[in-house]
Amino acid sequence: MTEQSPVEVMTDVMTKFTSYIGKRLPTDVKGKLADLRSKETNEMANVLFDSMAANQEAADKLNRPSCQDTGVIQYFITVGAKFPLLGELEEILRNATLGATKLGPLRHNAVEAFDEKNTGTNTGSRIPWLDWEIVPNEDSAIIDVYMAGGGCTLPGASTVLMPGQGYEGVADFVFDVVTSRGINACPPLLVGVGVSTSAETAARLSKKAILRPVDSRHPNANAAKMETLLEEGLNELGIGPQGLTGNSSVMGVNIESSARHPSTIGVAVSTGCWAHRRGRIKFNADLSYNILSHEGVTL
Amino acid sequence: MKKILTTPIKDEDLADLKIGDIVYLTGRLVTCRDVAHRRLIDQGRELPVDLKGGAIFHAGPIVKKNEAGEFEMVSIGPTTSMRMEKFEKQFIKETGVKLVIGKGGMGPETAEGCAEHKAVHAVFPGGCAVLAATQVERIEGAEWQDLGMPETMWINKVNEFGPLIISIDTKGNNLFEQNKARFNEKKGPILDRIKSQVGFIR
Ligand code: SF4
Repeated sequence: MTEQSPVEVMTDVMTKFTSYIGKRLPTDVKGKLADLRSKETNEMANVLFDSMAANQEAADKLNRPSCQDTGVIQYFITVGAKFPLLGELEEILRNATLGATKLGPLRHNAVEAFDEKNTGTNTGSRIPWLDWEIVPNEDSAIIDVYMAGGGCTLPGASTVLMPGQGYEGVADFVFDVVTSRGINACPPLLVGVGVSTSAETAARLSKKAILRPVDSRHPNANAAKMETLLEEGLNELGIGPQGLTGNSSVMGVNIESSARHPSTIGVAVSTGCWAHRRGRIKFNADLSYNILSHEGVTL
Repeated sequence: MKKILTTPIKDEDLADLKIGDIVYLTGRLVTCRDVAHRRLIDQGRELPVDLKGGAIFHAGPIVKKNEAGEFEMVSIGPTTSMRMEKFEKQFIKETGVKLVIGKGGMGPETAEGCAEHKAVHAVFPGGCAVLAATQVERIEGAEWQDLGMPETMWINKVNEFGPLIISIDTKGNNLFEQNKARFNEKKGPILDRIKSQVGFIR
């Protein structure tokens, strides 16, 4: 056997990992769903939670994608400036998407805009979507893979409030999105909120927020308090699994924020469905890796 | 005890069902989504499958052919039913279909159609595509294959397919509409309480 080049090694791992996360939920999401299920007292909701658990068991056993909608593939990259394959990452992740599409198999979910043709490969202009953060002086790379399904992407919304609307306006916005469009996004949802300066910065942060563990909290005390208030408030609505009512509505609410212009509050919401398929993997400079999101994985 | 509907479904099988009831289906379940609806209603084409007393599923499955050349169901999850709202009332009328299965609720037109023609809409839990596939015993046919895999009308023999939560009953009651009203009612007081605690701008 000829030895694989570093690019081949990393492509191979990312192909398998991308395919893997479509079949098994991350440890935190799995734990949270089990927790919500154990606290559920509504009979119908319990039947639904049982079906969800049975589905994940069957997907694991039969080695199939757990939901037929394996989404558009997005990679959120936090990479050290000294990571040896920094310049090759784009090509590696594109090929990993191509490979995972065959390996999964993943549904073909990339429709080229304006041509309105499905590329049949899950790749297309700027897809897989790559989001970059470069860390000075580091030589490792952390990659979050996310499968953005249609149902859970649909509620996404972003706007810019006037400061007079305040954080009160942020709460209104989050509730409006979740109660109107979130219901069809396969709740219990993980709700990501971006509080920032403009529409697109808030939108990006809202997506980064749902990459954070479900029970994590914002480091700022006021933001953390708002996360808790929104989470408890949404749960009180009792949207329940599939919007069919129950004791919970969400797995959590995560806020990410940045400084803002004194005259604007950019706010956005991204939602993850109960089948929140994301994975986090860390590569060291020698391409040894740790999977941070899932326990006990062999790729 | 599990309530099981068997195709062909008769009016009296559905008469006592209420929104929120949970049932299972044994018999024939045909996938039918956007284009099949449009072909029948907009283009007036005849459906290649007789749906009288039947059940349809708003779903675009993943199917593979095994070594013996037979179709095998890999994954079959529900898709958003609301996309078919435009067509469903007429569809129920013309086909005599009794059970419409999908994801999320449907609107007032479908509710009207269900009440007039004694049909129901039910929800299969979203995201549970592998569970659903394991309840398909075999694929008995595939019509309109020219539409591609997701839109083909797959004729499935299913066994205790479910859980199916009745979201529109034969009286035209609509579970999702009622829930939405309930959520909206609760929302105001909860938001007031939250807002009183997030006045961070002073
Ligand atoms: S919202 Fe999520 S679980 Fe539901 S169908 Fe879409 S991808 Fe699957």
